Amino acid sequence: MSKSLSYSSITKKIVLSLAGLFLISFLVVHLLINMLILFDDNRELFNAAAHFMATNPLIQVFQYVLFFGFILHIVLGLIIQIQNWLARPVRYNRKGYSELSYFSKFMIHTGAIIFIFLIIHFANFFVIAKFGHIDPITYDSGNTYEDLGLLIIKLFEDGIYVIFYVISILLLGFHLDHGFQSAFQSLGINHSRYTPFIKTFGTLFSAVITLGFISIPLVIYFF
Amino acid sequence: MDKLDAKIPQGPLAEKWTNYKAHQNLVNPANKRKLDIIVVGTGLAGASAAASFGELGFNVKAFGIHDSPRRAHSIAAQGGINAAKNYPNDGDSVYRLFYDTIKGGDYRAREANVYRLAEVSNAIIDQCVAQGVPFAREYGGLLDNRSFGGAQVSRTFYARGQTGQQLLLGAYSALSKEIAKGSVKMITRSEMLDLVVVDGRARGIITRDLITGKIERHAAHAVVLATGGYGNVFFLSTNAMTSNGSAAWKAYKKGAFFGNPSFTQIHPTCIPVHGDFQSKLTLMSESLRNDGRIWVPKSKEDAEKIQKGTLNPTDLPEEKRDYYLERRYPAFGNLVPRDVASRAAKERCDAGYGVGSTGLAVYLDFEDAIKRLGRHVIEARYGNLFQMYEKIVDENPYETPMMIYPAVHYTMGGIWVDYELQSTIPGLFVAGEANFSDHGANRLGASALMQGLSDGYFVLPYTIQNYLADQISVAHVGTDSPEFDAAEKSVKEVIDKLLAVKGTDTVDTYHRRLGMIMWNLVGMGRTGEKLKKAIVEIQELRASFWKNVKIPGKNEMVNMELEKALRMTDYLELGELMARDGLLREESCGGHFREEHQTPEGEAMRDDENFSFVGAWEYTGENKEPKLNKEPLHFEFVEVKQRNYK
Amino acid sequence: MDLTLKIWRQPSTDEKGKFVDYQVQDISADASFLEMLDVLNEQLVVNDEDPVAFDHDCREGICGACSLYINGRPHGPDKGITTCQMHMRRFKDGETIVIEPWRAKPFPVIKDLMVDRTAFDEIIRAGGYISVGTGGMPDANAIPIPKRDADIAMDAASCIGCGACVAACKNASAMLFVAAKVSQFAMLPQGKVEARERVQNMVSKMDELGFGNCSNTYACEAECPKEISVSHIARMNREFFSSKLISEKEK
Repeated sequence: MSKSLSYSSITKKIVLSLAGLFLISFLVVHLLINMLILFDDNRELFNAAAHFMATNPLIQVFQYVLFFGFILHIVLGLIIQIQNWLARPVRYNRKGYSELSYFSKFMIHTGAIIFIFLIIHFANFFVIAKFGHIDPITYDSGNTYEDLGLLIIKLFEDGIYVIFYVISILLLGFHLDHGFQSAFQSLGINHSRYTPFIKTFGTLFSAVITLGFISIPLVIYFF
Repeated sequence: MDKLDAKIPQGPLAEKWTNYKAHQNLVNPANKRKLDIIVVGTGLAGASAAASFGELGFNVKAFGIHDSPRRAHSIAAQGGINAAKNYPNDGDSVYRLFYDTIKGGDYRAREANVYRLAEVSNAIIDQCVAQGVPFAREYGGLLDNRSFGGAQVSRTFYARGQTGQQLLLGAYSALSKEIAKGSVKMITRSEMLDLVVVDGRARGIITRDLITGKIERHAAHAVVLATGGYGNVFFLSTNAMTSNGSAAWKAYKKGAFFGNPSFTQIHPTCIPVHGDFQSKLTLMSESLRNDGRIWVPKSKEDAEKIQKGTLNPTDLPEEKRDYYLERRYPAFGNLVPRDVASRAAKERCDAGYGVGSTGLAVYLDFEDAIKRLGRHVIEARYGNLFQMYEKIVDENPYETPMMIYPAVHYTMGGIWVDYELQSTIPGLFVAGEANFSDHGANRLGASALMQGLSDGYFVLPYTIQNYLADQISVAHVGTDSPEFDAAEKSVKEVIDKLLAVKGTDTVDTYHRRLGMIMWNLVGMGRTGEKLKKAIVEIQELRASFWKNVKIPGKNEMVNMELEKALRMTDYLELGELMARDGLLREESCGGHFREEHQTPEGEAMRDDENFSFVGAWEYTGENKEPKLNKEPLHFEFVEVKQRNYK
Repeated sequence: MDLTLKIWRQPSTDEKGKFVDYQVQDISADASFLEMLDVLNEQLVVNDEDPVAFDHDCREGICGACSLYINGRPHGPDKGITTCQMHMRRFKDGETIVIEPWRAKPFPVIKDLMVDRTAFDEIIRAGGYISVGTGGMPDANAIPIPKRDADIAMDAASCIGCGACVAACKNASAMLFVAAKVSQFAMLPQGKVEARERVQNMVSKMDELGFGNCSNTYACEAECPKEISVSHIARMNREFFSSKLISEKEK
């Protein structure tokens, strides 16, 4: 902890962005797998994929890398934020006004809510899948998987949970929208030719991720 | 008279500086460490000098009134810096730059100094490029030049409209490097309030910390003043609010002679005065005259209509406009030197042809240039200036012609120095605008930056060693001497006296009143009558100031009113000396225009027979008439002619 | 026009400050913001009150001395100008204007609206220069520099060191200020020689002084009176990143 405090501000930002971009890649995989649940009625595709993710040795190793990425991103984000608060001990009477992206100012807040979501999310799925018991289901193809899909569907039948989920994902979307292009800026990639593309792509990408994740509980709840 | 030895080296003009350097005394590196130099002021001249001294190995203490050396008013110079590089291959040379400068100064500067200035001008550009100053470049990657008033070649290097800023930042970075190294100690927010002279030599200064009010003593083997000009004596000028003449004035009162105090430059292209709340005037770069055309209406009727706002200047047809500079000076047109352009504007306005609501403005019109080059070219060249104008005046200069009027800008006069930039007090050197040396009676555009950097980078680092070479046996000068005691005591007495007045009028009201006297009586059109009147009025105002000024608070705090009052006491004396100098000089030359001395066409009429000298004033005591000393000017290498820009 | 001014008053760094309301009458719309404050101060002096201390000097937008946080924005509501260039026609008659000093740990208040910005000088001293002495330089045209590069260097060099970037940033980060200097020299061949040490030393000085971290909100660019682009920050990040990767480990 004290060591990471002594890293320069730019080093921290670079590591934060790299971790962020890495987590984004995980989001893509996560979303693709989740979407599978909507493609068949008996959740075979989804459960097969979940089974693969839970048993493949490479993925198992990767899981630790992912954990590390999360922790790095969160810890660095916190350190940066604490330093930032300390940099202005006396606040302004009139709040700062900026013509720019509103959510860029609230990365720590959206991040904190996403973090809470993550803990609940973990408790709901990961902990149960890893350490609890999930009823297996055998398909016509002869394959038997733990029916993780059913767990999801049951949860998403609870309206309050759906609202909580949707709001969290929306905030994740805003976090991503700023975070995506911000990561490139921190990595020193700002160019009159490419930056507009990066910004537009980041926004579209965040929208797709958000809508993708949101669509699942909504479909399950309403249909 | 023997005090005024200009110490001009022997030999032909072009060899003088080389000869000087070859024969001067130097200080060896081990001894440099033992020598202390105080530099007051960290603008172009001061910062470049302090940095160069530090590099050489001297112990330097630099003082500035701002929070950072980067804020010195050199930063506001817009247009550019001259050098005789002849990159455009248009016939420039060191001699031509020298000649233009001497001629532009109306033959009231010392040949040898001006030649040296032209000679080192090229090294300045090399130096600045090496420091990372981003001068404007052409597509081939080489440096770009533009032309300025008083020259027929393009020799002005520039960095957008921010040349002064970029050069100052260059000097500031060199200074920062030395501060980091420890060779220069920078003392900011500190104002020099007196010079300390011990056994006839400048040995230190008394300063006031502008945050705590603490009066401090600083000693050294030599003192360099680079404290800028005193144009703020006019209250309204293009100078910064804190630019002041106090350091120079204190040096004068300690025995340094004051050279040509009346030589003031009134810059032709400033935004006109428009209200009594105004605190300063804004300069629009002279470079605008490259593309803008100056005019007033041909008839008084049209001028009156424009003043009343019933006629729009853009509706006035071409044949009803009087492009008076092009008419009077076909060879130089809108690019005549500043004094000529200013006077011509005043002449037109006094005759009733002025524009704007006050009638005290002329037009600077870009219509033709926009038609010829396109708006985008004009925008690229002057965009920031146009934006600045629009902010202040609330009119779009791309559509309506700009209004301009002359304003006080620069003081050619200053502490008298010899070829080594040493004043009449041994050990007191003066650089930049604070000295009187290189511009004669009128400074050409883009020459102030050149002179400041020339003095700081390339002249003082040599000449100061010639002085210090015989100081190596003097141990570090202490501040425990009767002279320091006396100087500190007198500074404290003045402060106490000011704070004790507790009158009714603020410092600014006095400053405004002094400004009115100076502008009306010691301004662009001077007469013996007016100048005599000015002396009396200033004396009266001074007496009133000491009876009636109101300064709140105490010394031991941030007290800007006290700071202003301390400067004001000096302006109230300096203004009088300016009037005296103007009165003495029964001729017109450069920025000094005596209405009694003009040609039938209204041009300045010099009197070389009787006034080809530097008027160096010597302080003789409180409320006593100062003594005039003359340094005759000999022109061995140029032919003295009536200036002709026709 | 008549105005109510809500101004931060603080006698000195160590004493507590508070907001005080003042009224000014008959202000000309053509007056600049600082001239309006001059009127207030003149009024205060006449009434035996302590005038409001604020930094100012050139009053033409180039020295960088003026530094007021007006109604929640450094240098007031207009883009691309300093406080001294803002004119009262920008405000409405009867308006209340809140005026605060720059707020950042490395910029302590000296008095009222005057803050100490020597932290910026310290950053420059850490490497914001090219280490050449005086004299003996090659001809200025010896190294051609592409016009585009020179122009970018000039864009960066136009920084006036006012600190509006720090004041505007929610993190009180000085990245735009530091990046402007790093970027200027990074674009010029003369600056390349020391580029690696420069960026590392300047950034570590910036961190040491207690400025916040950049979180790319770009408020600095929006409020910079010289409209310096955040692309310079990216360039600095790049310079920093590559210098860290390439340079030898410190002993």
